[in-house]
Formats: sequence, C-alpha cells, structure tokens
Amino acid sequence: MDDIKINDTVDITDVVCPVTFVKAKVALEELEDGEILSVHMNDGEPVQNVPRSIKEEGHQILKLIDNEDGTYDLLVRKVEE
Amino acid sequence: MAFSNEQLERYSRHIILKEVGAKGQKKLLNSSVLIIGAGGLGAPAAMYLAAAGIGRIGIADADEVDLSNLQRQIIHATEDLGKAKVQSAKETMNRMNPDVTVDTYRTFVDSENITDLIKDYDFIIDGTDNFPAKFLINDACVMAGKPFSHAGIIRFKGQLMTYVPGQGPCYRCVFKNPPPKDAVPTCKQAGVIGAMGGVIGSLQAMEAIKYLLGVGDLLTGYLLTYDALKMEFRKIKLPKDTSGCAVCGDHPTITELIDYEQAECDMH
Repeated sequence: MDDIKINDTVDITDVVCPVTFVKAKVALEELEDGEILSVHMNDGEPVQNVPRSIKEEGHQILKLIDNEDGTYDLLVRKVEE
Repeated sequence: MAFSNEQLERYSRHIILKEVGAKGQKKLLNSSVLIIGAGGLGAPAAMYLAAAGIGRIGIADADEVDLSNLQRQIIHATEDLGKAKVQSAKETMNRMNPDVTVDTYRTFVDSENITDLIKDYDFIIDGTDNFPAKFLINDACVMAGKPFSHAGIIRFKGQLMTYVPGQGPCYRCVFKNPPPKDAVPTCKQAGVIGAMGGVIGSLQAMEAIKYLLGVGDLLTGYLLTYDALKMEFRKIKLPKDTSGCAVCGDHPTITELIDYEQAECDMH
C-alpha cells in the first residue's frame, strides 16, 4: 500500500446491496482516468460482489486489504472506457 | 451536487446502467420537461418522468378530473373528482418523488401563451387530444427550436414521433394541415382503450429520457404506429427532405402561430 497513492475514499459500510456497488460506482465516476479509489466495505456480501462488479465495469482491482475488524479496503484504479 | 444515500438507492437501477450512471442521473435531476395535457398520454408520461427524477416537470391543462377520465388517466384517482387535473397530477408526482419540482399551468395552450410556456423547458411532451393543439405545439416548438414528442391515440391505435430541431421532419412535414372539423372523431366520440395511453405515453417518457441523457436513437425521421388488435408495431420512415415544409422548411410560409378552430363536439 506504501507505493499506491489514493486519490479518494468512499465508505460503503452504511448501505446494502445493490447500493454498495452503486455508491462505489458513483465515487469512481468522479475520478479521472488512472486515479485510485479506496472503497471501505464490510465483510460478507460486499466483499464477494462489489470487487467483481467493479471489475466488470472495466476498472482495475489493485488490492484488497483486510483490516481484521470485519471490514476491508479495496483499492481500484479507474479505467476510462 | 452529491447524491444522498437515499438518492443512490432510489436511482440505483438507473445508476447501475452503463448508459446512465451517476452523470446521467444528475443530468435528469437537472433537466426539465413540459407535459401539455394531463390526460391519457400525459398521465403515464408524467408518472414515469417523476419516478425517473426529472428535476422540474411542468404540466399544463385547464380541465378538471371527470369520472370518465379514470378509465385511463392513471395519475388521477376517484377522490380527485372535480379537482383541477394539474393539481391532482402534481399531488401524485410529489407523492412519488420529493426530488421533483412540479410547476402547474391551469390553462389550455393557445397562440398567446404557448411560446412563454415552452421557453424554459428542455423537452416538450404533446399529450393533447385535438388537432388544433397538436399543430400549435408543433409550430411553436419549431419556431422556438425546442424538441418535442408528438403522440395521438384513438380506439385500439396509437402513434408517435419525435422532433428535434435540424434532425428530421416536424409534425407538419408529415400532416400538413389539420383535417376538416368533425372529419376525424375524437376519443370522446370514438372511444379509446385505457392501456393505449400507458403504451404510447410511456414511449413518450422514454423518448424524453433518452433525449435528456443523449443516448440511443430517437424516433426522429420516423412515425411509430401501434395497432393493439393486430398486435403490430410499424416504424415508418418519413421523407428526409424538409425543405418544402410550411413551418420548418427553407422558406416557411407559416411564421406566426395559428389558433385553428376546434370541432364543436369537443367544446365544453
């Protein structure tokens, strides 16, 4: 994580599917091509589905960090279509 | 403008779409549509546009809700009988979506008021039920450079087309002049199946939404007709050459708005 510069963060622990992905998608739309978003999410359904949905949109998943408190931080590089 | 979590949830099925996204939903929230006629076509169009989060919706109609309206005008309910249609429509839209500002105009459109009515809207929906209003809306939109959706319904049939300035024929390119008074029955005399307004009015809302988002192909240069009994849709290509049109052509002969006379039996 030391060598990755995070441009923006979004917390999706306060919403449930499918708004988890929607909230992450909206945050990604605000970024420029190549910028990095950190998505703070809960274990379980979000971790299973949100990274996959983001990948399907064409963005690049860099890292999934286990915070070991029941939450994860997903680092995503925005890829403009 | 940032979305609240509630808005993200309300519009999630839009935002998930590649063609809409957050940017598209914001466009819709910053857009305005004027619906002329709060009847069979205007009711479903208004409801889908309100649900979609069109930021400002104008609705124009002088009538009151009548019992015979309720078989198709689904924005009004039994307890609205006698209420101004625009008020009843506004209440339904406000209940559906608090993000939407509804402006009401309790009037029929005429050559005196229409230019002022349409000037602050991005897109116009013709949900009227008579030829004088349809030609008036067309001419006013052509003159003001406003895009609009034309539609008409009768019995088991419906039709629609979309006009975008400079991108295809207008209603008058296709239909020239109103038919003689009483030559064509209105839906009051001829009847109309209630769901027809739902089919065609929803297509009008769809055209408005696509135009506002800037996605897909509009019904410009085509007339879509629907025959419910035969279960047939036909997309009829219209002539490309609009140069000879009396209003949108190269040398227009109609340069002022006209109030055509309405058939006697339609008057209140």
